[in-house]
Amino acid sequence: MNAPAMSSVESQATMPALIPASRRLYWSVRRELWENRWLYLAPFAVAALFLVAFLISAIHPPRHMRVASTPLGQPYTIAALFMMGTTFMVAVFYCLDALYGERRDRSILFWKSLPVSDLTTVLAKASIPLVFLPLLTFAIIVVTQLIMMVLSSAVMLARGQNVSTLWTQLPFFQMSLGLLFHLVAIHSLWYAPIYCWLLLVSGWARRAPFLWAVLPPIAIEVVEKIAFNTSHFAAMLGNRFGGGESAGFTEGRMAMAPLAHLGLGSFFISPGLWIGLAVAAAFLAVAVRLRRYREPI
Amino acid sequence: MACIEAHGLRKAYGAKIALDGVDLRLEEGRILGLIGPNGAGKTTALNAILGLTPFQGELKVLGRNPWTERDQLMCDVCFIADVAVLPRWIRVSQALDYVAGVHPRFDRAKAEGFLARTTIHRSSKVRELSKGMVAQLHLALVMAIDAKLLVLDEPTLGLDILYRKQFYDSLLNDYFDGRRTIILTTHQVEEIEHVLTDVMFIHRGRIVFNRSLEELESRYLEVTVRPEQVAAARALKPIYQREVLGRSILLFDHVDRQQLAALGEVRTAGIADLFVAVIGDQASQGTGAAQ
Repeated sequence: MNAPAMSSVESQATMPALIPASRRLYWSVRRELWENRWLYLAPFAVAALFLVAFLISAIHPPRHMRVASTPLGQPYTIAALFMMGTTFMVAVFYCLDALYGERRDRSILFWKSLPVSDLTTVLAKASIPLVFLPLLTFAIIVVTQLIMMVLSSAVMLARGQNVSTLWTQLPFFQMSLGLLFHLVAIHSLWYAPIYCWLLLVSGWARRAPFLWAVLPPIAIEVVEKIAFNTSHFAAMLGNRFGGGESAGFTEGRMAMAPLAHLGLGSFFISPGLWIGLAVAAAFLAVAVRLRRYREPI
Repeated sequence: MACIEAHGLRKAYGAKIALDGVDLRLEEGRILGLIGPNGAGKTTALNAILGLTPFQGELKVLGRNPWTERDQLMCDVCFIADVAVLPRWIRVSQALDYVAGVHPRFDRAKAEGFLARTTIHRSSKVRELSKGMVAQLHLALVMAIDAKLLVLDEPTLGLDILYRKQFYDSLLNDYFDGRRTIILTTHQVEEIEHVLTDVMFIHRGRIVFNRSLEELESRYLEVTVRPEQVAAARALKPIYQREVLGRSILLFDHVDRQQLAALGEVRTAGIADLFVAVIGDQASQGTGAAQ
């Protein structure tokens, strides 16, 4: 073989190393965001709607809210809960379609024609509910709450009221810190087995992934109830969805509670968290395997 | 090194055997046409080669096991599985960005160059393109990848004749350079005949015919026999006989051209006719008579 041919062979042999796994993961995540623009458009739209409603209620407060007994932070907590509920639903629907849609429209044959491993693909998809959505939720809530404060200040100033109470009494920084902790702890780590279960089902089901995701847990509950007259499984699921008793905070108190009361330490040593994460990892491993085996529908 | 090497490749879907002990060796730099009736096992064989389906037996593609090393293999292998597998939501620019982002051998400028010859807009979504344009886009993406093996499974299915011709022309002129290996399957055998260097017929999960084009041209001759000489021609043991407009056309294997010229007009046999002769024979006898 002559020299130029040799060098071209050598350069070819070394070229794959130029693309590290992290870059493939990055492009795989971007791909998910291109495909599912509703992942961020839906929360934005909901936030915008909430702000419109908030502005209307600030200008024309409903009768019961004119009484000064309403806690100052309540609308901000409601905003946070509202946005978290939205992104949780977005995450659920995203997970159910993530590994199902690409098989249904046969585009999996295109994705598999590229040098991206099933592990990278599944991790990219899992990172949407576990990393992207919690951070997006945090950003949207903080911005929404800031706009709410500006809006109510504007309304109060227009009425000639003093706005200093609002800006000094509302522990905005603590609220945001508590919110970030809540999103990472509950919406990412604690809910991880839920999302990973949905990913697994979306990689497995040939049709109706929603039913396959929901029916087996219900079946287990029914069988347990009839056979043993117990409801441990249902209680466990309730605990999982409810955020866990060891988390040391409930959603309602979360936004206003000072950090020290959140029970940081007890949450991170609770077995529920670690068992949940282990189960989530197992579900993900199965999802990776399923992506390898499953063919277009 | 052989590009593809398979020994006793088997694959069953439940009771249905899709691949029944396939032995196969494909050297680098060949253009192989894999031809077979529907359900013969073509797509299963290609899926095994591409790491899309598990299999039994031995299979190495560019020295790798495709099932366990698909992602590394895809640095050197490209495939178009069907006209319609590009995701419908993706924009042309996004497809370019993504492939450039994940593929080490993708030459974006080359892909842009191919696209410049078409009427495809960078901002269009795949769902807005016609079927022919989607095929052009996919081919542009694939041809811009410096791969060693390209697999095309019915890449022109459902396209009109202009697009089909253009597709194979650009494949030959812009892509094939004598080093790369290409595997093609299609039902429009006549259209790829001039492209191929090798032909393989697959039937009921087995490879029943495997020849290079040179071999094909020197061995298989078709004669339009004058009516008075049909009996004499039959004595030379044709492998297939068909009647066209009242004239007998006989297909011979390994019979001297001079000898046949005395019987009528001699032509090199087309792959389609050969296919009918070999598979038709197989179907009626159920044995490997063609070998």
